[in-house]
Amino acid sequence: MATKVHMEALSPTMEEGRLVKWTKHEGDPVKSGDTLAEVETDKAVMELVARADGQLLKVMVPEGTTVPVGNVVAWIGKPGEKVDGDGAGAPAPKSQRSAVSGAREDKPAPAPPSASPRAAPSIPANPSPPIAPADATRVKASPLAKRLAKDAGVDLKLIQGSGPGGRVIKRDVEAAPTASAATASAAQAPAVPRTADRAPRTGVPYEDVPLTQIRKTIAKRLAASIGPIPHFFLTTEIDMERAVEAREALNQQLGEAGGKISFNDIIIKAVALALVQHRACNAWFQDDHIRYWNEVHIGMAVAIEDGLITPVIRNADQKNLREIGAESRELAGRARNRRLKPDEYTGATFSVSNLGMFDIDQFTAVINPPEAGIVAIGSIVAKAIPDGDRVVVRRRLRLTMSCDHRVIDGATGAVFLKTLKQMLENPLAMLL
Amino acid sequence: MASSFDVIVLGGGPAGYICAIRSAQLGISTAVVEQEKLGGVCVNIGCIPTKALLHSAYIASLLKESRDFGVEVSGVKTDYGVAMKRSRRVSDQNSKGVEFLMKKHKITVIKGTGVAQPGKKVKVGSDVHEAKKAVVIATGSRVKGIPQIGLEINKTTVISSDEALLLERVPDSLAIIGAGAVGMEFADIFQAFGVKVTLIEALPRILPIEDAEASDVLTKSYRKRGIDVIAGAKVTKATVGKDKVTLDVEAGGEKKQVTAAAVLMAAGRAVNTENIGLKECGIQLTDHGFIKVDKNLQTTAPGYYAIGDVAGPPMLAHKGFREGAVVAEFIAGQKPYPIKYDNVPSVTYCHPEVASIGLTEDQCKEKKLDYVAGKFPFSANGRARGTGETDGFVKILRDKKYGEILGAHIVGAHASEMIHELAVARENEYTVEEIDLAIHAHPTMSEAIGEAALDSLGRVLHI
Repeated sequence: MATKVHMEALSPTMEEGRLVKWTKHEGDPVKSGDTLAEVETDKAVMELVARADGQLLKVMVPEGTTVPVGNVVAWIGKPGEKVDGDGAGAPAPKSQRSAVSGAREDKPAPAPPSASPRAAPSIPANPSPPIAPADATRVKASPLAKRLAKDAGVDLKLIQGSGPGGRVIKRDVEAAPTASAATASAAQAPAVPRTADRAPRTGVPYEDVPLTQIRKTIAKRLAASIGPIPHFFLTTEIDMERAVEAREALNQQLGEAGGKISFNDIIIKAVALALVQHRACNAWFQDDHIRYWNEVHIGMAVAIEDGLITPVIRNADQKNLREIGAESRELAGRARNRRLKPDEYTGATFSVSNLGMFDIDQFTAVINPPEAGIVAIGSIVAKAIPDGDRVVVRRRLRLTMSCDHRVIDGATGAVFLKTLKQMLENPLAMLL
Repeated sequence: MASSFDVIVLGGGPAGYICAIRSAQLGISTAVVEQEKLGGVCVNIGCIPTKALLHSAYIASLLKESRDFGVEVSGVKTDYGVAMKRSRRVSDQNSKGVEFLMKKHKITVIKGTGVAQPGKKVKVGSDVHEAKKAVVIATGSRVKGIPQIGLEINKTTVISSDEALLLERVPDSLAIIGAGAVGMEFADIFQAFGVKVTLIEALPRILPIEDAEASDVLTKSYRKRGIDVIAGAKVTKATVGKDKVTLDVEAGGEKKQVTAAAVLMAAGRAVNTENIGLKECGIQLTDHGFIKVDKNLQTTAPGYYAIGDVAGPPMLAHKGFREGAVVAEFIAGQKPYPIKYDNVPSVTYCHPEVASIGLTEDQCKEKKLDYVAGKFPFSANGRARGTGETDGFVKILRDKKYGEILGAHIVGAHASEMIHELAVARENEYTVEEIDLAIHAHPTMSEAIGEAALDSLGRVLHI
């Protein structure tokens, strides 16, 4: 019977390995101890060696794929021996665009606890063999274009083919990264197709999208320009008149039942809901890929005696204002008393920093990596605002978003802010 | 009598007549102006008659070796005059075939020399015909001599392929200047008909545009047959006598004299761009003398197109065919699929044949491409052994990373027929893996293509 080759834990903390290169290929004879593949672990590139003699019968995961420890990556056996070619029975490898759950211990911000019970097996993954991916038949593309696209991380389905009958050919793939560079908005970039989609809640907490070449270049060049995280800032002024009214009405309704709603709670809720619509901003920069979160966990900057800490409101988009209010007060209280547990201040997907109570009109906040954005909230100030021919007094809020340019482009941040502004200017929209 | 057409094509060679047929298919009224026979150089004094003569040469060579195959033939005599007359019949049949195609598609054939005039007009004799949509220039090319060194074609001792194709009798000896396709093919033909052939090439190797390994095989094969191959040679002086020509040749630092009863000029062709009204119409030429065209083959004068040899290299009938069809479609308002000029096969019908597509190995090196060469010799191919045609090989140049077929070269019997598997593969961007996956029938020469693909992957089976 053929022997399975598993992804092995090549370092003590390794939970998954990226298969960098197969050094043996299907059909090659292998001896126990032979190097089969190079695997990139959380620490270094290591060698995966054969534990059996025979022939490398089948390679289950293509190069570039990240595979959880324990998954079958290949089969060794006698020439001609049949193996379970579809990988049934083997936990599905994580293909480049499929999502997984699970945390990485070595990351500064572990995944939220809610994610861990949901383990990998439910994911319908496609263990694409190295040549001719399973869904290849549905994309009209030349074999060469398919290979180039796989390597470049380009989704063939999103490319307009220029070959006969719209077939995607080499030059279309080669032109693809340039085409995405030309469009300023990440929402239109073919290489990161679904980032701007409304985040699907399928039980999968996030989706890892490998960095495309253009994204890598942006990351490198902007980082070189202004430090490890290339920040840029977007400021908008928001009319809070209706939010003020809504808050008053809601608090009146709550009466003495307690648990008053603060502006901070409304802003957290609005940010969370806007992030659901703009997944491109709800992301972590992860060096070689971007992790687009389907879940929304808002970090809330709290000043403490000797510094600052950001407790996390988990799944803030799915909580009502009372829940958010209660949770934030409770977390802030324990933060000041230094009673927060590590998992209560890690794992945020986006942050909010509010200095409104200190009469700050406007400021810029520094991004908390690996998050890609943070909004800085100034105080709500009554201002004279032109309204047609008249001047009216309106309560206004200046809000500044800091963006990690490796993840978020100007237009991407701007459309997110537009949604956020709409929600705060019309709080009823949050009920939609 | 003057008339009006949608499209007037100047020249009834391969590019021109295909342009006319495709136009007619698209419902465009078309006229072709031709001063000689329909079919042009290709049909009348090029591709077609030489293939007929090459087959005669092949039979002659085959019979010399037939004893090894258990067939004894005695008293084999060759008669170039008979072979020539047969080749003329083949050409005439083909030319009549083109005439028939013109009739079938209701294309008007105007006999005479056309001259383009401004306003999309074409003057033939005293008639001025009007083209409503376009004038297409497909006037082709002609042989050229090297008058600078005294080798002006005189049609007796200094001849071109035009005369060589009509000889009643072969000369005792022949010096061929130029070892491209034309020179190679005539060397093959005349050697088989008993002529002492000297083949002189200015560039360092014969078949200079082909892969260097192809040149090596052919040099060896020709020398074995008794053809004197002199490459990297400069003809410094030619003394043309009444019944002989003496050439002063410098090669490899040595000077020598080559004397032959005749010299065949096969050192390139000149395009027919003179006296056809180009300047008057505002049609410009390139630095190399070809008609300047844009990507739609339109010249610098709107409404005037150029196709075939006059539109630039490669000067091959099949490239002209495609340009003719594409221009017709463009004129008809369609958006034809652009021609991939890097995917035009090149074929020389000498024995063994040489066929190629894409880059040569030297070009891969010059471009610093990361490639792997896969090669399979016909000496290891069962079918080739059976027929005794073991000279040559298939070579595939594979891009190391993605398996793209950068170039493919076949030297051997039937190479001209086999190259199309690789043309289809390259056109469709198949990689060497797809070549291997396609099952090749056994025993065939084409198996060598699959094996060369495997060799480029380090998995060759039969060597």
